[in-house]
Amino acid sequence: MQQSSFFVVARRFCKHRLAVVCLVILLALILLAVLAPWIAPYGPTKISGGFSKPPDAEHWLGTDQIGRDMFSRLLYAMRVSLLVGFLATLISTAIGVVLGLVSGYFGGWIDRVIMSFTDMVMSFPYILLVLVAAAIFEPGMWTMIVILGLVDWPGVARLVRGNVLSLRETNFCKSDITSGMPGRYILFSEILPNTLAPVLVYATSVFAISILDEAALSFLGMGVQPPTASLGNILNGAQSITVLTGKPWLWLPAGILIILLVMCINFVGDALRDALDPRGSL
Amino acid sequence: MWKYVAKKILLALPVLLGITLIDYLIMCLAGSPLDMMISPRATQEAVAMKAQQLGLDQPVLVQYLSWLGQLFQGNLGYSYKSYQPVAQMIGSQIAPTLLLMGVSLVLGLLIAVPAGIYSAIHRYKKRDFAVVTASFLGSSIPGFFLALILIYVFNVRLGWLPSSGMYTPGTGGDWWDVTRHLIMPALVLAVSVAGGNIRYIRSAMLEILEMDYLRTAKAKGLGRFLVINKHALRNALLPIVTVIGMQIPTLFGGAVIIEQIFSWPGLGLVTMNAITGRDYPVIMGVCLLSAVVVQVSNLLTDIVYALVDPTIKY
Repeated sequence: MQQSSFFVVARRFCKHRLAVVCLVILLALILLAVLAPWIAPYGPTKISGGFSKPPDAEHWLGTDQIGRDMFSRLLYAMRVSLLVGFLATLISTAIGVVLGLVSGYFGGWIDRVIMSFTDMVMSFPYILLVLVAAAIFEPGMWTMIVILGLVDWPGVARLVRGNVLSLRETNFCKSDITSGMPGRYILFSEILPNTLAPVLVYATSVFAISILDEAALSFLGMGVQPPTASLGNILNGAQSITVLTGKPWLWLPAGILIILLVMCINFVGDALRDALDPRGSL
Repeated sequence: MWKYVAKKILLALPVLLGITLIDYLIMCLAGSPLDMMISPRATQEAVAMKAQQLGLDQPVLVQYLSWLGQLFQGNLGYSYKSYQPVAQMIGSQIAPTLLLMGVSLVLGLLIAVPAGIYSAIHRYKKRDFAVVTASFLGSSIPGFFLALILIYVFNVRLGWLPSSGMYTPGTGGDWWDVTRHLIMPALVLAVSVAGGNIRYIRSAMLEILEMDYLRTAKAKGLGRFLVINKHALRNALLPIVTVIGMQIPTLFGGAVIIEQIFSWPGLGLVTMNAITGRDYPVIMGVCLLSAVVVQVSNLLTDIVYALVDPTIKY
């Protein structure tokens, strides 16, 4: 993206004050997660205090059932959840972009095959597919990433295909075709850069959904496995009634953190959509 | 019209078939269900006999075809665990799930449609901003976390609502009892339905509000009430129909998790048990059912679309 258009987008983005606040929060949380090993007062699996102690000066968010510091665990959990969400989004966006480009550009039977496959994947209730896959393969962080990456792409593929179809009819693409430019030039240097903005916006929502799905699956015990902490499997403890009623510090912070992350990502994505829309006013 | 419907059904069939095949292959990758069923001390012969009995000693494709052949005779197979017919298991559990899904969908739309329209009419005002922010909150809160909070508040603290099951054990379960059990799970699903759709309905409504025919209606001097509730709302039906169609798979998936938390005796509970126990025929049955539900809801969406929008040709 050129310098000037970057500033235009940034200026439009800054008009959404809430989104700017969300972006700051999000960056701060990401920083905390990345720097967890240096910030966290204790190791994520280190037993450092009494069992299920409420928050005090030494353990800011208390300790869990076997005496691990909750604040440290939360930082590491956020790291895992963000990593799962990010990599899953990366995989599904890559698959979606490639399939969408191929399908839209070549058309014909290739398009039909790819699109009916996309329809098939889309018409599975997607949590069911993820659950079946999670139960079948060894559960764990990497399985999680691959599964989420492999089911989230149909939306991206449809989006890219639609864009390619409409871009192919634009004058600059037609002029490329008539001047005999090679197909890969048209595809990668003309069409792809012009679909990046909507893909980026869509990717933010995939990122948010992946974090939610990771949490749901880990909550059910089919995602990231303990002792590795993730925001979902910390909440798993709240299924026990004594934790739910008597020890809110064991589950409330993790839930609030998920909401905060997902909401900030959604707001940023929404403002990005407005900022990147060329039809929008300056 | 009927030709159109028939064409849509014919187009849906290969998709359904493809889904069952993908589904079957994924499960075959998983390894044998025998691992889960047979005690570690069982002899080699006993395992082989069990495999033969269940038809697991044959090649995957043969197993798939025989399952498919049975399917066309209306037989979904038998559970490896309880030896009950799968069709019967699903049939006896589907009513609570449909009740939960239906109530949540209606509740969610009752929140989303007025809120979306209200928000569109008051675009860029504080009220619009508040509604949009609330919808973001609704779609960002994980269903299971909302469920935990609701249980904490309404069951543990206030003691107003029961937190599990469909009716109080021992009683027959009159409608009031079932309603009390239904409130929390339905609310959780409704919030996620509403959260995702308010913004969709808002933007659809905004598009309609900019149409020429609405400007004409306003210029004619029709009151604001008539313009919005007659001219705009009728045209907004179209996006609303689409929303309902899109919700079905999401609701079905959401129900699986929510049923687990609230011990709602529906398909979700059966599915989770089947998944953890690798009860393949049951998993296949549920996957097939859900694929059929999704296809049927797509089909219904198309038909209603054609009925509501006279400009669509079929």
